[in-house]
Amino acid sequence: MNISFDLLINAIISGLLLGGFYAALSLGISISFGMLDIVNIAHPALVILGAYLTWWLNLTFGFDPILGGFLLAPFFFLLGIAIYRIYHDRFEKGGGGDSLRGLAFFFGILFIIEMILILLFGVDYRNVNTPYTDQSMPLGFLSIPYRLLIPFVISVTLLLVIRWALKKTYFGRAVSAVAQDPLALQLMGVNPIKIKGYAFGLSLFTAAIGGAMLIIIQSVQPSIGREYIGLVFAICVLGGMGNLTGTLLGAMILGIAESMTATFAGPSWAPAVSFGLLLLTLIFRPQGILGK
Amino acid sequence: MRNDRNFFLGLIISLSFMISLPFWVKSEFFFFAAYSVLQFVILASAWNILGGYAGYVNFGSAAFFAIGAYSTIVGYKLQFPQGFNIVFGTFVAAVVGLGMGYVTLRLRGVYFSIATLAMSVVLFTIVTNWPFVGGARGVYVIVPRESPIGIGQYIHWLYFLILGMATISVVISRFIENSSLGQGLMAIRDDESAAEGLGVPTLKLKLIATTISGALMGLAGTTFPYLITYVEPTATFNLSYAVNSIAMPIVGGLGSWLGPLVGALLLGSIQQAASVTLSSSWNLLIVGGVLVFFVTLAPNGLIGIFKKRPSK
Repeated sequence: MNISFDLLINAIISGLLLGGFYAALSLGISISFGMLDIVNIAHPALVILGAYLTWWLNLTFGFDPILGGFLLAPFFFLLGIAIYRIYHDRFEKGGGGDSLRGLAFFFGILFIIEMILILLFGVDYRNVNTPYTDQSMPLGFLSIPYRLLIPFVISVTLLLVIRWALKKTYFGRAVSAVAQDPLALQLMGVNPIKIKGYAFGLSLFTAAIGGAMLIIIQSVQPSIGREYIGLVFAICVLGGMGNLTGTLLGAMILGIAESMTATFAGPSWAPAVSFGLLLLTLIFRPQGILGK
Repeated sequence: MRNDRNFFLGLIISLSFMISLPFWVKSEFFFFAAYSVLQFVILASAWNILGGYAGYVNFGSAAFFAIGAYSTIVGYKLQFPQGFNIVFGTFVAAVVGLGMGYVTLRLRGVYFSIATLAMSVVLFTIVTNWPFVGGARGVYVIVPRESPIGIGQYIHWLYFLILGMATISVVISRFIENSSLGQGLMAIRDDESAAEGLGVPTLKLKLIATTISGALMGLAGTTFPYLITYVEPTATFNLSYAVNSIAMPIVGGLGSWLGPLVGALLLGSIQQAASVTLSSSWNLLIVGGVLVFFVTLAPNGLIGIFKKRPSK
């Protein structure tokens, strides 16, 4: 009895910590899919790319993954602007009815990233060792590993900062405006394409940070990105499209659900949780928990 | 109906040629390669029924394929004959397709796409945790060495089977294209709400399309266990089925029965050649690259390049 209570508390705590990290992963999808209506199915692959580059920076220059992630993020931002240019040119200009080709485009990008990583680094699992990797913080009868705690803190902070920025700054308001009515925005003298490009860049910025967090938490292999595709979309849909508070909430719910499943039913069932939850959300509440 | 005559004439000529192959081609590997290409003809044609005509992207081809394969495993374990397993797998995939469509097709198209991806992972997890069909470790299927019709080896028999299935798929997709179902699906692709407003029963048509498309993808998987004789989840749910069944119609040309056929024959053969000379990662890199190249630079595929105007 006592043991299973401990297990339950442990499962909830690690679920919460994992949920924070999931929030960072889904943050980019909430921006690109939720606000810009760009179904970037390659986002998890870009996270893996970020993780690999962080690993490489650590291996070559000895940079800490956190530093590495923040160094990479500006480059990912620029990459995002470049990808959005192509995307806009090819799939949005004609009135936006070309979502099929846009989806296929990102699906192709996903494969290209994954295969290039396999060809360059092979299919071995890679990990980064930091001074805090094996340490944990004692808290009553619990001990909280820094490996999970640090990504949690950084992820949640990142989400809250971006949420604040989208609400309060000029750029953020322009992004919200472009999500609602691009034409009206254009009439106000703002270039919606430029704004969308920056916002898409921002979503990739978060992918780089997410990748750095990922490699702190676990070892990484090129094709594990696929497992996160359902997860990030599930969180985004569950929380309500483009609603960052909802994203955080959805991420926590999924993290806890997954960690409970892993604890009580076995880790091999965990991948089905997010996808199952996604299917249930789509069936019963497609607008999400906090959606209108 | 001149067009019909030409089509069936061409079909009979190419079929006679394909049927004659086992009688004079000696290499056994050739038939493995041909099997794999024909398997992609089925998957690509099936994907095109929903993706090409109606514009709904299915990322779950691998899941439907695996449903076919694992239905065969269930049938095999219960000692049902091969013919039964083929029908059974197709039926199960059709039912899953219908259910899938019923759940997601009332939402925006992109939810359908994400849900199909989600379905792949859920089914993968279920199969991995289901010892009866081998679980994560996989299961062996014992096949006879002789062909049941007395001509050649077992691989020739499988080749004939998949050739028949591929023919059925191409004929079905051509039939759909010229039917009111195809017209309705294309109306959905061009403007769903306008189609709905003009009295096209959009949900019904989409459901029919998902069912047929799922059934054909399942069909493609039913004979897979007999070919590789060792079935395990990772290979059966391989995402390369998903990316190929999207890339092939796009490369060939979306929304016509000929596009997926051309795309599958071309990309399928290239991959067979590449898998001998290069690795499977190179294979997928090529497919991904070709896919991105075509969607960005030649959106109407090879058919669009050769025919300036879309054929009617």
